[in-house]
This record gives sequence, C-alpha cells and structure tokens, in this order.
Amino acid sequence: MLDKMAPTGTSHKMSARDVRVFYGDKEAIKGVSIDIDMDNVVAFIGPSGCGKSTFLRAFNRMNDTIPSARVQGDITLDGENIYSNAMDVVQLRARVGMVFQKPNPFPKSIYDNVAYGPRIHGLAPNKTDLDQIVENSLIRAGLWNEVKDRLSESGTALSGGQQQRLCIARAIAVDPEVILMDEPCSALDPIATAKIEELIHALRGRYAIVIVTHNMQQAARVSQKTAFFHLGTIVEYGDTSNIFTNPREERTRDYITGRYG
Amino acid sequence: MTTPPPPNSDPARKTDWMGGVMQKRIKSRYAAEQRFKLLGLGAVALSSLFLAFLLFVMVGNGAKGFITTEAELTIDLPAVTGSISPDQLTASRLDATLAAIDVRRIFDIAVEAQYGEGSARFFATTAWTALRNELTENPNLVMGKTRFWLPTSSEIDRAAKDRSTPQAEADYALLRKAGEVRQSFNWNFLTGSDGTDPAQVGIWGALKGSLITMFITLILAFPVGVLAAVYLEEYAAKNWLTDLIEVSINNLAAVPSIIFGLLGLAVFLQFFAMPRSAAIVGGLTLALMTMPVIVIAARNAIKAVPPSIREAAMGVGASPIQVVFHHVLPLAIPGIMTGTIIGMARALGETAPLLMIGMRAFTTTPPQGITDPATVLPVQIFLWSDEVNRGFVEKTSAVIIVLLVFLLTMNAVAVYLRNRFETRW
Repeated sequence: MLDKMAPTGTSHKMSARDVRVFYGDKEAIKGVSIDIDMDNVVAFIGPSGCGKSTFLRAFNRMNDTIPSARVQGDITLDGENIYSNAMDVVQLRARVGMVFQKPNPFPKSIYDNVAYGPRIHGLAPNKTDLDQIVENSLIRAGLWNEVKDRLSESGTALSGGQQQRLCIARAIAVDPEVILMDEPCSALDPIATAKIEELIHALRGRYAIVIVTHNMQQAARVSQKTAFFHLGTIVEYGDTSNIFTNPREERTRDYITGRYG
Repeated sequence: MTTPPPPNSDPARKTDWMGGVMQKRIKSRYAAEQRFKLLGLGAVALSSLFLAFLLFVMVGNGAKGFITTEAELTIDLPAVTGSISPDQLTASRLDATLAAIDVRRIFDIAVEAQYGEGSARFFATTAWTALRNELTENPNLVMGKTRFWLPTSSEIDRAAKDRSTPQAEADYALLRKAGEVRQSFNWNFLTGSDGTDPAQVGIWGALKGSLITMFITLILAFPVGVLAAVYLEEYAAKNWLTDLIEVSINNLAAVPSIIFGLLGLAVFLQFFAMPRSAAIVGGLTLALMTMPVIVIAARNAIKAVPPSIREAAMGVGASPIQVVFHHVLPLAIPGIMTGTIIGMARALGETAPLLMIGMRAFTTTPPQGITDPATVLPVQIFLWSDEVNRGFVEKTSAVIIVLLVFLLTMNAVAVYLRNRFETRW
C-alpha cells in the first residue's frame, strides 16, 4: 500500500507517512500512511482499541498533551510537517479544528463559546465583526434558529445534540481548514445524530473532514473514503462504496459483516 | 434451622426471597443502617453541644467586657475657675484655656467635694482626660454647673458588675451613697488600645494589627500559592524533582507553627534586619505558613477541572497560558478559595509564631503602618489571660468574642465571593 502512494506533500491537504504513536513502550499506531483531500469526508472505522482515535489526535498534535505519548513519522499540512519545530502548535490547532466524543462546551454563554476562538486569535477587529462570525458559525452549524434568542444563556444548558453542534460551531468559528471529529455522535440520540450527519454533508467541500466512528452505517452515510483500522494499522483504505460493498481484505469483510468488533 | 445451601448450587432450587432467613437478613440490614444513623446523629449533637457551651461561656463572660461603669460627678465650673468669657472658648483658643484652668485640678477638687477625702481612687486614672474630652467637644459646659458621667476604677467596675475585694465593695457602697452609678456601653473598648488599667483597655490596636497582618499574609500567600500550584500542575515536568517539591510542600503544611516563627526570627529579623514586632514581619511569617495550604488546595482544585474543558480550549488553538487563565483557573477558583479560607482562618488564630518575632509588644497606640510595633487579637488574648489583675478576665473573654466575630466576618465574605465565582454546569 505504502509504495503506491505519492511522496509527501503535493496536492493533498494532509498526508501521513509511516506514522507511529507510542504510549510509553506500547506501540499504538504501527506505521500508518494516509492522504486526506479537501473535497472528501474520510471515515476511520475499526474495533475498539484499534488506534483510530489516537491516530486522529496525531493530526492536530493533541497527543502532545499526554506525557507518555510519542509520535514518529511525518504528518504534513499543505506540505509542511506539523511535527517540525517551525510549526506553531497553537496555530496548527486553529487550522485543524477538533470535535470531541463527549460534547464539551465551555461553562460560558453560547455567544462566548463560539466567540472564544476568534477572540484569542484576533480574527474580529470589532464587535460587529465578532457578532457576524458568531452568527455565521451558528448558522453553518445549524443551530442559529434554535439559539438566536438566547445567546447569553449558558452553553451547558443546551441538550446534548445542541451542545455538540455548538462545539462544531465553535470549531468552525476560527475558520479551520481541516475538522477532526472523534466519534461526535456516540453520546447522542438518533435524531441528534441525524442532524450532525446532515451538518457534515453541508460542511463538506469547505473543510476537509476526518471522522472517527463506531457506527458503520454512519461511515457509509457521511463519508466518501473509509479507512479500516485494526490493531494499530490500516487494513484497507479506499472509496467508501467499495469498502462496504466489495472489500479487498477478509478482515475488513468480517468486521463489516459483524463477525467481530 | 439448617443452613441453606449456597445459591445456584442446585439448579432446581430457586432462591427463596420471601423465606424467614432472607427476611431476617433484610431486617438486620435495616437495623445496622438505623444504628449508624443514630451514631452519626449523636456525633453531630455532641459537637453542637460543645459549640453551644463554648459560645454560652464566652458570651456570658465576655459580654460584661463591653460594659463600663460610670459614676456621676457634678461640677460647678464657674465656682472653681472664676468667670470665663465666651471668646476664650473659640476653637483656636480652647486648648490654651483648658490648659490654663487645669482640668485635672478641677477634677480632683470636684471629686473630694462630692465623695470626700481620698476618693479619687473611685475613678479611673484617666477619668480626668474623659472630662477634658467632654469639655473640648462642648466648650459651653465651662460656663455652668453640669453633671458628668466619668469612668470608675476597675475595682469599682468589678464591684458593680460582680463581686470584688472587701475594700472595693466598701468603696462601691460609699460611691452609691454620695452619687449615682450607671452602666453603659464601653466604646473605649472598641476604639482604645492596650493599657495597664483593665477598665481602660481597648482592642482597636490589636484588631488593626490583625487586619494589617492578614492583609499582608493574603497578598503574599494567595498569588504565590496559586502561581506555584498552576506551575506544578500545568508546566512542571513529571520527574523526581517535582515529586520532591510536592512532598516538601505537603510536609511544610504540617510543620508546627512555632517553627515558622523561628524561621521568621532567623530570616526576617536577623538576616534581613526587619523591624521587630512589626506587622510586615508577622504577615511574612504567616504567609510562609499559609502558602503550602493554598498550594495543596489549589493543586487539587486545578486537578479537578475536567480534562474535556482543557481539550476543548486547546482544540480551538488556545495557548497553554490561555487555557490556564481563561478556563482552568475560573473553574478552580471556588476550590482555591476554600483552601484560602482555611489557611487564612488558621493564620488569624495563630499566636506562637508571632510571639517568636516579638509581636507580643505592649503597644498603647494602634499601628500606623506595616513597620510599626503591633500586636494581633490572639496575642492580645494570650497577654491579657496572663495578667494578674482580675479585671482582665472579662476583657479576655470580650476580645475572644471580637476575634470570633472577625473570623466569622472574614469567612462569610470569602464564602460569598466563592459562591459568586461558582460556575453552574
């Protein structure tokens, strides 16, 4: 698989080459390579503990916060290695936004939740601009109509699904290039999940989106490309339609048909 | 009754939930719970009883400390001083006039006239200054005959409130025969300072000393403690050195306070040659003692902030310092405040370390600044409880009441602030 891929950089939004992630002595990701493109939603699927979340967190260096974690290999954003010393990690995390498994709005008002990112990065020169950014982000996250009359209420008072869309609004308020979603619907009910999936469809094209999911139907619904992880490696990566209808690997077929996982 | 076989040992046999053995077991479980509840209730009742007893005794003994005994003294001023023209009583000339007529002499004459030879001992040694103050406030009294209420000596004071020596009781009887005696609120106790006459002492000097010392302790211990906690939690590498620092801080919080006094003596007084008995040194010493408590509380509060909030902030590109100041600290503030309240309350009640740095000075004027000789409320309690004069007993209880009120006020303010900062989830 590795030798078929183009060298690092070129036209891909993000590329990973032979990435290894260690927790202490344990190797959680064993030499994974993948390319992420602008116009696709990429889904990472695989059984629990296969390393898909760990790999996802390598794309915006969230693993840096875990003292025992170590990352080897190259991950590039627009051809630039994000693990080089020249890369500013604060700016990287603004360009590569993240939505977490459990909705985690700040215990602040809805407005302040969305405005926080633009404020710390100085994206809005004045209040009018900031208002505009907040409104646009909430509209794009499909939450505006539900909260426009109560922007000063606490973000934690919203329902779970609304909280998760608020977190998406917060992520897109800083105008990232890539959005990483780590099982964004695992704590939500089916209706809220459907809303988030619609949202992912709407956001596609404007942002490169990588989504980790346990739910294979969800991967099939929202993604154009799917990577199947198993025991710290990518078993198969290709068009979602192929993976689900005609997988090349037996392990992929077994997982998709529910033999394990 | 035979012991039933263990459950599921016989697949055909089902657990008999309604059987006598099971019912008995349930009953004994409820009984155990009931016993535990009663035990807890007993513990709460016992501690409430002790608290009520403490308050009852303190208020019972101390309330009299806020009351002073005054005796009536009628003075016909023009008869003693001759006539004084009104223009001698203008603001600019009043002091000179009062000096010329010699208020102390007038006082002595009036006392002898009303109560007989040698009766000056009925009044406090400073009674004539009280007379002078009244004349200063109301100069027109010089022009006529007036009844003044002047503080009695502490023996008479005690005889009036309680029992005293036979001599004082006899004096009190004499006083009652020749004039009137009344009891009034002792404002001097709240505005005055330490002294030798228990009837004339006040706690403002010690209270102000406590206020200044606590202020210095707070502005040093709080920021340093919180910053140390933030650094240790957020920035310090997890290695043996950090572990060593953590163990040291935990041990420091348990060091007996008198040892901090010795440290303050050696470092601040001897090495840095700071002024003895001063509030600044007391504040520094108590800050050293309070800081570990704040560090430990702040670290626990910071640890308790959910990691998801940190991740959320980092996920939108907040720098580590922004994560700390925008998210972690605001959420940790209630916990930090709780630790600070505990530390400050302990510092407020501390006597031993302050004795080591000389804050047991006999100061008859309140401190005017952080380098003036000062004392604090607990040390004042210690000093007065050691006095031979029986009149200090009620004063000691009264200053304990003031200390407790100070403590409760400080805690109430802190709790109010903490609740205001509390973020609802």
